[in-house]
Amino acid sequence: MNVAVCIKRVPLSPGRWSLTPDATAIDTSGSAMGWTLSPHEECATEAAVQLIEADGGEVTAFSLGTADSTEQIRELMAVGVSRGVLLETGADEWDPQATAAALASAIRDDATTYDMVIVGTESADTSGYQVGVRIAHALGWPIVTNVKGLSVTGGVARCERVVGTDREVYEVSLPAVIAVKDGVNIPRYPSVPGRIKARKKPIDTVAPTATPARLEKIRLALPPQETGTATVLGTGPEAAPRVVEVLKEIGVLT
Amino acid sequence: MILVYVDHDRGVLDELSLQALAAARGIDADVQAVLIGVDAVALAPRLGEFGVATAHVGVHDGLTDYAPMAAGRAVSQLAERLQPTAVLAAGSPRGNEVLAHAAAIMDEPFAADCTSITLGDGVSEVTRYRWAGNVFEEARVHAPMLYATTALHVFAADPQSGSAPAAIVEFAPDLTPADLAVRVLERTGGGGGGVSLAEAKVVVSGGRGVGEAGFGPLEELAELLGGTVGCSRVVTSAGWRPHAEQVGQTGTKVAPDLYIAIGISGATQHIAGCKNAKTMIAINSDPDATIMSFADYAVIGDAATVMPAIVEAVRAAKG
Ligand SMILES: Cc1cc2nc3c(=O)[nH]c(=O)nc-3n(C[C@H](O)[C@H](O)[C@H](O)COP(=O)(O)OP(=O)(O)OC[C@H]3O[C@@H](n4cnc5c(N)ncnc54)[C@H](O)[C@@H]3O)c2cc1C
Ligand SMILES: Nc1ncnc2c1ncn2[C@@H]1O[C@H](COP(=O)(O)O)[C@@H](O)[C@H]1O
Repeated sequence: MNVAVCIKRVPLSPGRWSLTPDATAIDTSGSAMGWTLSPHEECATEAAVQLIEADGGEVTAFSLGTADSTEQIRELMAVGVSRGVLLETGADEWDPQATAAALASAIRDDATTYDMVIVGTESADTSGYQVGVRIAHALGWPIVTNVKGLSVTGGVARCERVVGTDREVYEVSLPAVIAVKDGVNIPRYPSVPGRIKARKKPIDTVAPTATPARLEKIRLALPPQETGTATVLGTGPEAAPRVVEVLKEIGVLT
Repeated sequence: MILVYVDHDRGVLDELSLQALAAARGIDADVQAVLIGVDAVALAPRLGEFGVATAHVGVHDGLTDYAPMAAGRAVSQLAERLQPTAVLAAGSPRGNEVLAHAAAIMDEPFAADCTSITLGDGVSEVTRYRWAGNVFEEARVHAPMLYATTALHVFAADPQSGSAPAAIVEFAPDLTPADLAVRVLERTGGGGGGVSLAEAKVVVSGGRGVGEAGFGPLEELAELLGGTVGCSRVVTSAGWRPHAEQVGQTGTKVAPDLYIAIGISGATQHIAGCKNAKTMIAINSDPDATIMSFADYAVIGDAATVMPAIVEAVRAAKG
């Protein structure tokens, strides 16, 4: 079984946000800032690696972004991804429609035939909730989103998602797209041999076709930052009676 | 006219969808609803209270439970026929999913989690959440018909008693077996008992500072207050608590009357999930923790001694 995962390089979100002077991006110039992957996509990759460990095959990571995205592809190679495909773009952000169209055609045109594409339900930064769904329609495959439990037997993916205190069960025949959520598994940490092997694995670069953004970012803004300070009720266990008073005041304790 | 997808679960109305109806009414007085599945027929008239004159209900033999691809197909077909200026839904997991399908089928753009929408001729302007609401994006959507969802807990549902029930118009969507292949087949777990995190009125939430063995008093306090336990991602990643309890950007978003954050530093991704709490109490050994600028009240101290004391005091107060 061959599995494609779609992953995206995103800024490591700071404790306090700030924007670039033209307000079109998160300011990543601070010394503490780095780049990372969304937890959803770390989980997507872990799910893919677990499936091929059980069944054989390979996991390929597809990422649309700048050349720096190879850093995130390498990170995933250290935990079991065999190959990377970078859909290299300039610094300008692509909208979800263009992103999904490019990813779908790269997956379709790849030398490997895939049984499954695993994505995150939403990306950490733009949170569009749609790239996986659009890839599924472009490939003509079914998709289950918000997946918190996944197993594959006999060419059928059994997916669970959480609704309130219940779990809904879906079953789709492969090939299929699965959009997972953080918590579907606990991603493993890369081992030292894993990191060494990752350096030698191949990353292919393709040039995707750009189309004008139809969801066009104009500028970013920050919501009013909280500058409040909590009223301190006390220090240590002696504060308990004051807590009870507050619980009564706000009506949760009657 | 604005068409709003109103979700339901086997005939139980999704209250979040009412927020999308409120947003729609703020833009256009003419609001119609679309619901999927014959179970919806019984609840549709009630939408009159929320400004809906006509509720379209998609009925098909294959639509016995939630089926996202089929719902997206049905919504897109109805929208093509009715030509609304916008198709909206609540920015819930299902609302975002159904609208993403409808927009993908029509090859139109889709803007999720909007906090404001201004419709225009061929170009609409929206403000939407990025980073789960930590950052706002102002965007132009280039499309003849806007597909968008509304960010949760931004628009207040306001029922108007005495309004006429919505008229029901059934329609038969044209669905393929492939559309219907993705649907709920069964449900496991839960089945009553336990308060769902998303709807709990009180959430007692623990982070790294609580420690693996420290959740007992949090469970007791949650039970005494009729609430439920939540936690941070550090806690779920360590396997101390099930992921279903994670609050935050990649966990559950909650809006309780009271959120108690114990041993939680207040990372933006955690705050993204609990900033809609009416009151927040932080319990932390560090008086300078980031959480202090979000909390209304704080207790400075070690969770291991503070929590048992609070449980004891609450138990005594309840008599
Ligand atoms: C894209 C992305 C998405 C994410 N999504 C989420 C999410 O959904 N939810 C989430 O929670 N996180 C999420 N995170 C992780 C987040 O950035 C933080 O790492 C996490 O929230 C920190 O958890 P914490 O507060 O429990 O731990 P820490 O940050 O380590 O804080 C521990 C706190 O406990 C206090 N403490 C220590 N000992 C004690 C004691 N004995 N008594 C009382 N207090 C004590 C400390 O002072 C400190 O404030 C996400 C990260 C990314 C990059
Ligand atoms: N630029 C990208 N490169 C690779 N995968 C992506 C990209 N953008 C989005 N995805 C995938 O699609 C999922 C949903 O993204 P979105 O629709 O932007 O919220 C993400 O979690 C990724 O798995």
